[in-house]
Amino acid sequence: MIAETTLPLTLAVPIVGSLLIWLAKSRPNLREGVTLVTALILFGLVLTILVPVIDGARPSVKLVEIYPGFDLTFTVEPLGASFATIASFLWIITSLYSIGYMRGHHEAYQTRFYAFFALALASTMGIALAGNMLTLFIFYEALSISTYPLVTHSGTPEAKRAGRVYLGILLGTSIGLQLLAVGITWVTAGTLDFTEGGILSGKASDGLVVLLMALYLFGIGKAAVMPFHRWLPAAMVAPTPVSALLHAVAVVKAGVFTVLKVVIYIFGLDLLTTTGASLWLAYVAGATIIIASLVAMTKDNLKARLAYSTVSQLSYIVLGAMLATSTGVLGGAMHIAMHAFGKITLFFCAGAILVAAHKTEISEMHGLGRKMPFTFAAFFLGSLSIIGLPPMGGAWSKWEIALGAAESGQAILVGVLMVSSLLNVAYLIPVAVRGFLPAGGAGNPDSGERWEIREAPLFCVVPLCFTAVASLVLFFYADDLYAFLQPIGGGG
Amino acid sequence: MAFAGLYNYWIVVVLMMIGFYVVIAQGNLVKKIFGLNIFQVSVFVLYITMSKVDGGTAPILDDRYQVYSNPLPHVLILTAIVVGVATMALGLALVVRIREAYGTIEEEEIEQQEGELP
Amino acid sequence: MISAHLPALQVVVPLLAAPVCLLLRNRHAAWLLAALVTWATFIIALGLLAQVADRGTISYAIGDWAPPWGIEYRVDLFGALVLVIVSGIGSLVMPFARINVEREIPAERIYLFYVMYLLCLTGLLGIAITGDAFNLFVFLEISSLSSYVLISLGHDRRALTAALRYLIMGTLGATFYVIGIGLLYMVTGTLNMADLAQRVPDLLHLRTVEAALAFLIVGISLKLALFPLHLWLPNAYAFAPTTVTIFLAATATKVSVYVIIRIIYTVYGGAPIFREGILNEALMGLGMLSMVAAGLVAIYQSNVKRLLAYSSVSQIGYMVLGLSFGSVIGLAAGIVHLFNHAIMKAALFMALGCATQQVRAVSFDDLAGLGRQMPVTMGALVVGALSLIGLPLTVGFVTKWYLIQAALQDGAWLAVIVILASGLFAVVYTWRIVEAAYFRPLPEDREEVREAPLGMLIPLVILAGACVVFGIGATWPMDLALAAAESLIGARP
Repeated sequence: MIAETTLPLTLAVPIVGSLLIWLAKSRPNLREGVTLVTALILFGLVLTILVPVIDGARPSVKLVEIYPGFDLTFTVEPLGASFATIASFLWIITSLYSIGYMRGHHEAYQTRFYAFFALALASTMGIALAGNMLTLFIFYEALSISTYPLVTHSGTPEAKRAGRVYLGILLGTSIGLQLLAVGITWVTAGTLDFTEGGILSGKASDGLVVLLMALYLFGIGKAAVMPFHRWLPAAMVAPTPVSALLHAVAVVKAGVFTVLKVVIYIFGLDLLTTTGASLWLAYVAGATIIIASLVAMTKDNLKARLAYSTVSQLSYIVLGAMLATSTGVLGGAMHIAMHAFGKITLFFCAGAILVAAHKTEISEMHGLGRKMPFTFAAFFLGSLSIIGLPPMGGAWSKWEIALGAAESGQAILVGVLMVSSLLNVAYLIPVAVRGFLPAGGAGNPDSGERWEIREAPLFCVVPLCFTAVASLVLFFYADDLYAFLQPIGGGG
Repeated sequence: MAFAGLYNYWIVVVLMMIGFYVVIAQGNLVKKIFGLNIFQVSVFVLYITMSKVDGGTAPILDDRYQVYSNPLPHVLILTAIVVGVATMALGLALVVRIREAYGTIEEEEIEQQEGELP
Repeated sequence: MISAHLPALQVVVPLLAAPVCLLLRNRHAAWLLAALVTWATFIIALGLLAQVADRGTISYAIGDWAPPWGIEYRVDLFGALVLVIVSGIGSLVMPFARINVEREIPAERIYLFYVMYLLCLTGLLGIAITGDAFNLFVFLEISSLSSYVLISLGHDRRALTAALRYLIMGTLGATFYVIGIGLLYMVTGTLNMADLAQRVPDLLHLRTVEAALAFLIVGISLKLALFPLHLWLPNAYAFAPTTVTIFLAATATKVSVYVIIRIIYTVYGGAPIFREGILNEALMGLGMLSMVAAGLVAIYQSNVKRLLAYSSVSQIGYMVLGLSFGSVIGLAAGIVHLFNHAIMKAALFMALGCATQQVRAVSFDDLAGLGRQMPVTMGALVVGALSLIGLPLTVGFVTKWYLIQAALQDGAWLAVIVILASGLFAVVYTWRIVEAAYFRPLPEDREEVREAPLGMLIPLVILAGACVVFGIGATWPMDLALAAAESLIGARP
């Protein structure tokens, strides 16, 4: 029963927090205190929901009837609960990190930043806990809008252009394709509730299922499947904490989370397997994985490289979902968690390097690892997790996805996954290695020339070490996560 | 003969088209307003014509007459005439103001002047 | 006792107040009277809505002349909703007007402004309440003539040409309407709409009845500014005094939509004419053209008021599209969009009005950086913009959701695509405004701009709030619209 009462609060708390942040705008310490307290409360609330879900409960709350026959409904199931937990947990870490980053980097408009950040988290909670597709769609759009001011934060022409791309693609795909898909689903199935086993089977013709699946996948622009991936690299003009939380966790994961939700609870795995509606989309995802990895190798800007790496990694999850097998879906769901910890570490490191050494280009980072040993060590661990090497969390999820591909007899896709892992090695490892290699000539750390470069502020370094260690720990606790998520693959 | 029997309606159509043509084709704003008025008048004629009953008289109660024309359209058209006059007055008043503001009442010249503005 | 006479009071009160205003000759007294009267009409309209919801359609015989001989005032659910929209917007505009009009209209003419405003209100309310087709024409002309005057009060000289153009187009439209009514009268011998509804559907095969429909639709489409008959609208809205723009944009075209729905669904009995003729294809096509063409043109406007005016034309397309499906859900979407668009467009124009009040002009350059200096105004502008795009949690989404459903049910795929595309156009043109307000630096030579006075801000916040409140809790307007649509369509199975 506790979960039913705390469910609406998970939305209310960040919204109230956002208001309080706004009110405390003239007092930075209080403002950031409010942010942290809000994040902590939110995480506590999410835990109260998580516990009963582990025990197999499915708490559900109807908030208000918004249109005749439509309720704003929240229902928690393992997938949503895990997403909500990850997002709210990483918000705490990111809040700490942002304090260090925003102050260390002397960013302007910090109040707006924290306030919209809290709103974005509220929208993410709404997506994670949504009980029907309309509720999810509503918060999906709310997330796009609330993150727009974060992307254009600096207000430079470049940021404005990026903001236009960001909003243009996200709104364009969601209004143009996803809304249409939701409408068709409603007219065909007569309901939009997330139901185990799907709501479309027996109601939609095969052709319609194929069309709908495509509309959903491309309509969920946040999943960044090519050709609708351009917003993600564009959004990297945002301050690093934004890139870290929103574009490694909240926004992009909201996208793939929606894809998984749709596959599992709207279509149902059986329907997709029998119609084969999603298989060709798995190849689209495979192509995205390879192309994005190749593009990432050409990028010298660290954040841009990480952005394309994200595009590629997201398609792992999409690929897992599109296989529409129990293993594939589970692997995808696990990868949401694993990639979140790995990628947020990498972004934190990129931000720390920017704050401490004012460097953004990889080619300038020779020898930097000696001055920032913790940062670069964390970067190395994060890279390993993204690549999927043991003993990092990413190993398990990639293994599951590959297993899913093999089970469905898609040898080509298995090959794609292998090639992509090699590409990951090729574009991530050099960054860490270059940091630790001695720099030639004047940049030599022993020459005493750049002694002023030290580690970034404590607020920056501690969080990134923490997330790096966390992705290591996840390797050992992957079984628990697997067991927790098991029910979502039950239909397959 | 059908044509002659519908004589009034032909007048309505001709008047209507003349009025409509003047509104569209004339560049002079005063002429436009008058065209509009002719257009409206044609409708008055339409209403009056439809109320006429063959062999009927004016609608005055009297034992000698059994058949009389329908009075309602006349009343309606009285209202419409009032509206027409008001429209024309307002239209002409606007034309006066336009002449004060632009120094001309030729549509082309006005558009030329407006084109120069941002 | 008095509640039985609400239908008459609804029109008579503002009608009588207009000449009193003229006699007062004092602008403050005139405002006070106009405001009190407008608020009274709003209360009356709410009372009527409650009565109708409670007891069903009200019929009121003016002067106790029983219909169909006398003029009947007839209030059904749909009519009551329109009355509430018109008088509600009017009420919100009044406090805004007091401050705004002082700036935009010479002091000695202000009392005349209120006279015309009251007459316009009378006309619009009358159209929505009357049950007599010819009486409707009279009210139509009362509202039109007064709105020509109101538009011509704009300080730019182009307001004069805009008003004259509107006068010509509007008069043509009204005259077409009279011709249509005349033809119907010729065949049926009645002007009462309920009476017409009994007789017309059996006479649909007559050429005269068909011609009448053509005249009626074209005539009203002119008043409605349906593409391609919209040419009068952009300039009229752009150069009229801001208060007038807000009021007309939110009410005048809505009332015209009301008339077209009345004609098609009440007088002509709805579905049968859709099945036989090309009317629904024509309306659907024109509605979609409106949405696309006006949306595209809006993108290229440099004057923000004109941009919003074109967006109005585009939004009118939504309503016409909704009613052209001939299904309950489509009609309900159209009706609810009357309500939704009224509040969102009023909010947008009012936010713009607040900005112009302080900055004096309305190009994109003038809006630069206002997001920081006028946070409330620009916040409301953003809410209005989001509604126009049709994002969830705003009223715009409600309409879009039901329109798409109606289109899907009808299998009208082209319509679905157009609805979605026009939402995307809205993203482009509204976001230009938002970007200018928030992400352009302040011009160097601009002195400090203060937030607009409270009298303007409060109605603005109410409107913007309504955009969100009725977007989240859309059950009330939507239930009303569905019930209204059902009674309109079900009137004659």
